[in-house]
Amino acid sequence: MYEFRMPSLGADMEAGTLVEWLIKTGDTVNRGQVVAVVETQKGAVDVEIWEDGTVDKIVVETGRKVPVGELLALLRTPNGASSAAPEKSREDTTPQSVQKPTITNTESLHSEAAPVATLSVRQRVSPSARKLAEERGIDIASVQPSEAGAAISRADVERVAKMGASGSVTAKPIPPDWHSQMRVAIAAAMSRSKREIPHYYLATDIDVTRVVSWIESENLKRSVSDRILPVVPFMRAVSMALNEVPELNGFWIEGESRPSSAVHLGMAISMRGGGLVAPAIHDSDGKGIDQLMVDLRDLVTRVRSGRLRSSEMSDPTVTFTNLGEKGVEGVFGVIYPPQVAIIGLGKISERPWVEGGQVVVRKVATITLAADHRASDGHRGGLFLAALDRLLQEPEGLR
Amino acid sequence: MTQYSRDQIREIILDALGAIAPEVDPSKISPDRPIRDQADIDSFDFLNFIIRLHETFEIDIPEKDYSELLTLNSAIDYLARRCTENG
Repeated sequence: MYEFRMPSLGADMEAGTLVEWLIKTGDTVNRGQVVAVVETQKGAVDVEIWEDGTVDKIVVETGRKVPVGELLALLRTPNGASSAAPEKSREDTTPQSVQKPTITNTESLHSEAAPVATLSVRQRVSPSARKLAEERGIDIASVQPSEAGAAISRADVERVAKMGASGSVTAKPIPPDWHSQMRVAIAAAMSRSKREIPHYYLATDIDVTRVVSWIESENLKRSVSDRILPVVPFMRAVSMALNEVPELNGFWIEGESRPSSAVHLGMAISMRGGGLVAPAIHDSDGKGIDQLMVDLRDLVTRVRSGRLRSSEMSDPTVTFTNLGEKGVEGVFGVIYPPQVAIIGLGKISERPWVEGGQVVVRKVATITLAADHRASDGHRGGLFLAALDRLLQEPEGLR
Repeated sequence: MTQYSRDQIREIILDALGAIAPEVDPSKISPDRPIRDQADIDSFDFLNFIIRLHETFEIDIPEKDYSELLTLNSAIDYLARRCTENG
């Protein structure tokens, strides 16, 4: 019998509300299947299961707020041998998987091990719906769109207004004020980071002319919908460079460095109106630019519509931020604990550059690394940035 | 090829923007300031914006022309010109 428990979706998560079961007793489930929707402080999340089996019993009903680690459902597994296995995320890549197998208290395990992967998923609201809600005295946060992923419309507000008038109560949980909840989540994660992690910071200017020209010429051959965003080859190069300096990719848990064999690149994606999430693109080191673009598109689309999956939230091994596209020259990031590094891509701009004794104009970006000095030294961080520079000079190798 | 008036083009641009940033009030968009700054649009949103315009107007919009789509007025000029060329 496998015990499916409430997963932790961030170091600061204590509980989540079970909004919806997508399975019922007797159903067959497969590893990686989305089985439930859980509302967290940071929005709704599709929760996956990491065992094959048959649903034996649903323990927790929808609508209940459940602490991390509590039993949600029981699963009959084909061999029945994994009875005491703690709820785990993707195999062999998460900090959970390096825990001693005897640990069955998943709550302590998760609260220590799960990275802070996300901060908020925001519901979109049309201006006229917001105005109507204000007029009717309805908290817009209590309104759900008619279909998942859609923006809240006037009709959705009208529906809630009617329900309120007739005295019925909405079955869905009412998320509290989005902005203050998000600030609480960010505050918890970032305070912990600055309290516990001795950061060191490195920056290097890299000539990115070749890689930018390469993407431009690639995009000339492509229709609009198949174009590659400029950030994608950098995601590729960062993932490859991490393979050369593995101590930057992984976690610091219980006083020791735990590098991850896989690279799950956490992409910092800013939310409209404030806040951010940093969900993972899994196994990014093994993916070419086309697949990375497909994955990025899928991820950003689901961030915008509020449908992230639990594994994306809980297992990034490193974070990459592209704040340069907002115009900043360099970004000195704050690490998401228990990760040990965050890499920042600054603005790409034309600058005077000396090459062979001549001043020439080149496209240059400042790329930064903030890393945990407990897990790595500046020398290794420098090697990482050097590897990144080398990879970016040979863009064909990034394909 | 469908012919569009400048008002129709403006409407289509604002619709495309509304689909990407529904919280933005179109009447508050200043026509000569960059749309990306006013609607807090990132490169991913901007690509989706271009894709929508490409699908509606049925014209190819090469990357080198992105700079002509930065403000509402310049985008109207650009799309009006491109639609005429193709028509």
